[in-house]
Amino acid sequence: MSTTESSPPRSGQDWEEVQSAADFQELRRRLRTFVFPVTGLFLAWYLVYVLMSSYAPSVMSIKVFGNVNVGLLFGLLQFVSTFGITAWYVHYANRRLDPLAGKLRDQLEGERR
Amino acid sequence: MTVLAQGVQGSNPLLNISIFGVFVVITLAIVVRVSRRASGGASDFYTAGGGFTGQQNGIAISGDYLSAASFLGIAGAIALNGYDGFLYSIGFLVAWLVALLLVAELLRNTGRFTMGDVLAFRMRQRPVRAAAATSTLTVSFFYLLAQMAGAGGLIALLLHVTSKPGQALVIAIVGAVMIAYVLIGGMRGTSWVQIIKAVLLIAGAGIMTLWVLGLHGFNLSALLGDAVAKGGAAGETLLNPGKQYGKTGLSKIDFLSLALALVLGTAGLPHILMRFYTVPSAKEARKSVVWAIWLIGLFYLFTLVLGYGAGALVGPDAIKKAPGAANSAAPLLAYQLGGTVLLGIIAAVAFATILAVVAGLTITASASFAHDIYANVIKRGKVDGKDEEVKVARITAVVIGIVAILGGILANGQNIAFLVALAFAVAASANLPTILYSLFWKRFNTSGALWSIYGGLGITVVLIVFSPVVSGKPVDPATGRSPSMLQGVDFSWFPLDNPGLVSIPLSFLLGYLGTVLSKEIADPGKYAEMEVRSLTGVGAEKATAH
Repeated sequence: MSTTESSPPRSGQDWEEVQSAADFQELRRRLRTFVFPVTGLFLAWYLVYVLMSSYAPSVMSIKVFGNVNVGLLFGLLQFVSTFGITAWYVHYANRRLDPLAGKLRDQLEGERR
Repeated sequence: MTVLAQGVQGSNPLLNISIFGVFVVITLAIVVRVSRRASGGASDFYTAGGGFTGQQNGIAISGDYLSAASFLGIAGAIALNGYDGFLYSIGFLVAWLVALLLVAELLRNTGRFTMGDVLAFRMRQRPVRAAAATSTLTVSFFYLLAQMAGAGGLIALLLHVTSKPGQALVIAIVGAVMIAYVLIGGMRGTSWVQIIKAVLLIAGAGIMTLWVLGLHGFNLSALLGDAVAKGGAAGETLLNPGKQYGKTGLSKIDFLSLALALVLGTAGLPHILMRFYTVPSAKEARKSVVWAIWLIGLFYLFTLVLGYGAGALVGPDAIKKAPGAANSAAPLLAYQLGGTVLLGIIAAVAFATILAVVAGLTITASASFAHDIYANVIKRGKVDGKDEEVKVARITAVVIGIVAILGGILANGQNIAFLVALAFAVAASANLPTILYSLFWKRFNTSGALWSIYGGLGITVVLIVFSPVVSGKPVDPATGRSPSMLQGVDFSWFPLDNPGLVSIPLSFLLGYLGTVLSKEIADPGKYAEMEVRSLTGVGAEKATAH
């Protein structure tokens, strides 16, 4: 099996034309305006947590209730935020990305046949 | 850990081996069964024809990712170092958001088998494939060696095999079973082993977690209180950060460096990237990561309870005295809760974990060699006959398996746990910048890719070699040995154990400089094609029928 191509043979498709079409630009914008800021957000949130654990242990050691302190709650919040961002992205992708991507895919694959 | 008088108290080696034997027999039977459905082509061997569902793949990813180190290691770290062990586990989880948002779906749509596929899409095939394969083989080899060397300690701990030749024999058997999985089952078989192992591991940890919580009236605060009480004079520090990483200014920076490598390394680990190709579409790749995040997150929450549970019920002093020290926390807790039988089950799960992770690494490394180096660099894409590439992949898998066995035997008892951190650092430095630039930056070109891969790899390895993990840590009076890998020499000049803080930004910079300083102009048509394909999934291979 020849394996040089990572995709089926090109069919003379003008990819730059597809790329500059309004629908594709909209899809690209929707993806990038979600994933870049959210990545920045969760990385910053994680770094704040790591830095506070290293440089503000006295704050992290404050007891909130029983033996549960700020640090433990902060750590558990990292789990909550990770699960939350996951669910948020799935919701966003289902609603805002998949329909448009599917429409473009159908158009392109239809043209080729 | 060279001379161990005995294994964990109460452990019944015969029972442990029997339960593990049952696991091997059942999984082998399943591997043989699923391999009958295989068509035998490269796509089948490398990625199971892209025929797994997102749910199956997500479970397999957790099986691939949750190594013995994260099960025994993190539970032990929490039991002994308290909060800092927990801190460590969070990086491993948050990292998955990088894979979810930036990598998994786009990668699925632009490649077929390896990381090299994605880079080769719009760059000069041979140099970038050679670079991608070099980095993949390096990361896989370090990771593999760490897993196999860890097996020696586990054997002493759980099977009471204390003689070096005896341990070598067990390592060889584990390696041989792993080679059998890969040869018979390819990616399909390997994935099923990982799925079964993930279910057993998460279920086992879940039962123990409920048990520990039940003993404390399902009150986390009460559990923490018991762990503090059992910890004696230093008990209170278990709840606060800093016990392990907060000792000096340097150790704080070192932890920041480690945290960065963990969070950015996961989405660059080749054996994780390859799993995204085992599903038919980008949407299924997304579902895979979602499943993986829930399962891995749940598992690390379990280890939090298990770690403090081991601290409360077994106690740090007993754990430190046991063979394997921190690694014995979870097995000792299992014995405390459910006696010999539960200990046997947990021991078997730990072995199954090594087996599944090592099999995943082996198939990734063999795919990268056969597909990138052999078929595309050596044969320039002109492979004779349908099965030749798979044949090369199978031979490579056997060679890697044998190297892993020999490496595991030689490294047995050596202090090489840092190899896992090194693998993450290389993945974060050499692979992630290259993948992200390739997917998102139009101007990125062959020169940039080579700079970021070789530069990231070179910087990381050099910084590790000249770091305190290899040489120069002061001798620990308690053991009479230096915690460094080499004894009696000191050629270290890089102060940190973890190179990520330096190597990751430098690799991003190198990828940028390599691109803008070269005269090569990236082909805008190719980038347009890649971007359209990556976002829409047009032309992405659908699952083969089976």
